[in-house]
Amino acid sequence: MAKQAVLIPVLDEEDPTLAAGFAKAANVSGDIGQLSVGQLMWRRFLRNRLAVGGAIVLIFMYSMILFAEFVIPYDHFVSNSDFVTRPPQLPRFIDSEGNFHLRPFVYGTETVLDTVNLIYLHKDDLTQIYPIHFFVKGKPYKLFGLIPWDVHLYGVDEPGTVFLLGTDRNGRDMFSRIVIGGRVSMTVGLVGVILTLIFGSVLGTASGYFGGIFDTVLQRGIEILMSFPTIALWAAFAAALPPDITAITRFFFISIILSLLGWTSLARQVRAKVLAYREMDFASAAKAAGASHWRIILVHMLPNALSHIIVIATLAIPGMILAETALSFLGLGIVPPAVSWGALLQDAQTVAVVLKFPWLMLPGAFVILTVLSFNFIGDGIRDAADPFAI
Amino acid sequence: MAQKENKTNPNGSVDSRTTLLEVTDLKMHFPIRKGFLRRVVGHVKAVDGVSFSIQKGDTFGLVGESGCGKTTTGRCVMRLLDPTDGQIVYYDREEGPIHIESLEPTEMRVFRRDMQIMFQDPYASLNPRLTLRQIVGEPLIINKVASGKELDDRVAELLRSVGLSPEYMNRYPHAFSGGQRQRIGLARALALNPEFIVADEPVSALDVSVQAQVLNLIKDLQEEFGLTYLFIAHNMSVIKHSCDHVAVMYVGRIVEVAETKELFRNPLHPYTEALLSAIPNPDPRQRKSRIILEGDVPNPARPPSGCYFHPRCAYAKEICSQESPPLQEYAPGHSAACHFAKELSLTGVL
Amino acid sequence: MADNQNTILQVENLHTHFFTESGVIRALRGVDFSVERGKVLGIVGESGCGKSVTAQCIMNMLPGNGRAVEGKISYYPRESIGSQTEKVDITGLPPRGKAMRAIRGNEIAMIFQEPMTSLDPVYTVGSQLMEAITLHQNVTKQQGKEIAVDALAKVNLPEPARIFDAYPHQLSGGQRQRVMIAIALSCNPTLLIADEPTTALDVTTQAQILDLMRALQEETHMSIIFITHDLGVVAEMCDDVAVMYLGKVVEQTTVDAAFHSPQHPYTRALLRSIPRLTDENQTRLDVIKGRVPDPSVVPPGCAFHPRCPEVIPGLCDVHTPEVIKLGGGQEVRCLLYDDKLMAQSPTRTALAESR
Repeated sequence: MAKQAVLIPVLDEEDPTLAAGFAKAANVSGDIGQLSVGQLMWRRFLRNRLAVGGAIVLIFMYSMILFAEFVIPYDHFVSNSDFVTRPPQLPRFIDSEGNFHLRPFVYGTETVLDTVNLIYLHKDDLTQIYPIHFFVKGKPYKLFGLIPWDVHLYGVDEPGTVFLLGTDRNGRDMFSRIVIGGRVSMTVGLVGVILTLIFGSVLGTASGYFGGIFDTVLQRGIEILMSFPTIALWAAFAAALPPDITAITRFFFISIILSLLGWTSLARQVRAKVLAYREMDFASAAKAAGASHWRIILVHMLPNALSHIIVIATLAIPGMILAETALSFLGLGIVPPAVSWGALLQDAQTVAVVLKFPWLMLPGAFVILTVLSFNFIGDGIRDAADPFAI
Repeated sequence: MAQKENKTNPNGSVDSRTTLLEVTDLKMHFPIRKGFLRRVVGHVKAVDGVSFSIQKGDTFGLVGESGCGKTTTGRCVMRLLDPTDGQIVYYDREEGPIHIESLEPTEMRVFRRDMQIMFQDPYASLNPRLTLRQIVGEPLIINKVASGKELDDRVAELLRSVGLSPEYMNRYPHAFSGGQRQRIGLARALALNPEFIVADEPVSALDVSVQAQVLNLIKDLQEEFGLTYLFIAHNMSVIKHSCDHVAVMYVGRIVEVAETKELFRNPLHPYTEALLSAIPNPDPRQRKSRIILEGDVPNPARPPSGCYFHPRCAYAKEICSQESPPLQEYAPGHSAACHFAKELSLTGVL
Repeated sequence: MADNQNTILQVENLHTHFFTESGVIRALRGVDFSVERGKVLGIVGESGCGKSVTAQCIMNMLPGNGRAVEGKISYYPRESIGSQTEKVDITGLPPRGKAMRAIRGNEIAMIFQEPMTSLDPVYTVGSQLMEAITLHQNVTKQQGKEIAVDALAKVNLPEPARIFDAYPHQLSGGQRQRVMIAIALSCNPTLLIADEPTTALDVTTQAQILDLMRALQEETHMSIIFITHDLGVVAEMCDDVAVMYLGKVVEQTTVDAAFHSPQHPYTRALLRSIPRLTDENQTRLDVIKGRVPDPSVVPPGCAFHPRCPEVIPGLCDVHTPEVIKLGGGQEVRCLLYDDKLMAQSPTRTALAESR
């Protein structure tokens, strides 16, 4: 009976003594009895700091990729031979002489030839100071591919440059590339999971609710699918994609490939939940009242299973993101000139490069941040999913 | 295991009132599946040839220990499970006898208005996602009996009839205690004005002080709405208090049926005697030695030969391990399934 | 009672709180009772009254978020019989300390409601029994096994040598509870705490276990604290009874007085509300209105007052009743027996006099 929550308000039979006695003791603010399970879950979710933190980070990152053209100062594909592998230009407030600037600034670039390795090396030129301006006019672009605009979030006056996260080996701005790459990497998981959810919940629900031979065949099929080595199978599928398709088609094919194998575990978990709810007395009560299969599934099972499905889905997104990153890193997923975090990390494949230009690893940091955030949120929802636990 | 039990109505002969429900040779065998292809390797005979009949306006008790098949019997009667074999005949006010076991799902849906069920677990029986209005009103919505304002009025009336305030209509089940949830479950069962309610262990999950409230409510509603109950319980005191007739089940079979007082006073089956003797008596001045049964209830997948009770029976003779005794009437309205029901003089508790 | 030679356990003013995410739950709010040597004390109460928490406090094994914040549990060990009493203050011992471990499972043993979950499914019955024996007794493996098989035989398990090698899932519920009793008794405890030991069992199996416990108690003269919600079981098993309601003992008395002259309105109401075999069929039961409140929201004054049929408005919802000693060792926490307060309440003085 521990299910009876501590946050239970006191309701009682219409006896004034009783009600008065309990009300005095209760001293509850608001009436929790009126709150739906969803509202209770939301309250509980908000109490989990890591999950809320993860949610804030993801909201920030997704708005960044949504407004990418506005956020980035340079086109992600434009090379700049003068600034090849320039280290990050960090925004500063205090200059080399110790003066404080209210407006953040970046230093200019000083280029020297490394005579040993025969490459140009770039350093900050402490004499040149370029203040960072916000909402500056720059190259025109179309926001969401529709609204023509030319204002960018930040920029510096010519001839200064602002490569906040450095440049790659073609002198392209890493920050711009990461933001644009995030578009693929952060949405491939979502699209993949949506497909997974559709496959997984339909097949899982049907398998659990109707059982019988369909259930047996499906479960055996899932077992066989699950025993395939995934990376090899993905690689095989990806290698089979025609090389001449557009980046966007390739992206959708990759999502489908990821979800083709990803739905199995979701289907199993949904099936387990449906089996549990099918045996619950409230489902029997609905059946006894003459409810159809559809009503029992839609009114009594899915809403209850939904929180679990959301948890599974949230925790599946990082797997998809990592899978895309892995495929692209191996050159089988998103291929240049299209960018994704995995494709960007291809530049950081050798130790020599990583030692010399460590900022080329930064896309990896974004992968980690995103995956962690999704995991924190998933854990938060899972804990909140049972609002009656103490 | 197909020996035909006594096919005649075991307790109908004394009672001239009309029969509402008649169950004959009901069987529910669950397959045991094993292996990669889930092949059937055996059966759990949860209910194995149960016959009884319930008179209109009666409370018919079904009592037994866990695993005896009493809950399965209740669910078969409600067609929440499809029985393997046997007949369940419901004598409808207008349409005469209806064979529940052979109704098509669509016909069953119409018929469900007459029969309802309330459950044991107050926490599992209410969908946590729905408000009281949706829970209690669900049968009305499904059967298109009421909607809108009319639905609200009907739900309010139902809540009032089980002693809950209609103000609670917009609340969710988590705001209610176990006893209140059982009231909500009763309100839902009453929504379609049924004649017959299967009450499956309605009070066994409740606190002692709340149990009495719910038992009284069940009784009051019976008088108010002229209900007939199939009352399933394992607590003999509750059965004694609530039921007019009792059937005792053991490993999927009925071993004895009688009018309640008669069964408690003059048990004819040794199992009933042991069951009665085991009831703890809330009076320290009346401590007595009890009949202590040896061993445990057998597994219904591998029941013993002959009379299922013989390995634990103090009175068992050779025939008991060989032949299964049929349920026979020994006194008017009092039947037992024991080879020696006539010879043994067993002690009751009244 | 505390200095009584015959007292084996004395609980005084025990307060236990649980510190949860949603606030402090005052599970015990001043529990007093004592257990006499060789007697069976029944603790009765409904869900949430704190009877299981009391048991956990005595065993000094509260879950992590629980703490005994006030009060004392004194245990008088077996060595002290005859000689002067040397008591152990259980609340003062560290839960994982050596001293507590020497008492727990050895001098004070416990059996639980759910025998399935209290036995480890991956070990045989024998190895779990041996663990308890070798932990507290200085014996060789061979001797240990003999003691173990002996213990299994003592709880009337058929073929104890076979059961010794069986895994818990191979046994029935009743057999598992017997194994638990065998484990608990293997070290000859002086005090056994039985927390709802028969609640999960069927009535005929319950009769077997109760019969066994009674026989073992008579044989070993151990004391038993028998926690249950079933008044019938109390009447069968116990010598003394403590009735709990919302974290307090509201009445402690002998079993005969508890059933034949109960003094607290809660005890009286509880006894009236249970169905009895001797009742005429289909009579209405007396009910206690309302329900047990959640332990996080205890009503002020006497916690039972909102449900009490004999409540005195203005008194019971204001004053918290103290323990009042009536004749015959009966102790009750109820303002109806507080002469001083009752005298101040003119409306009910007449009622009190008529009592």
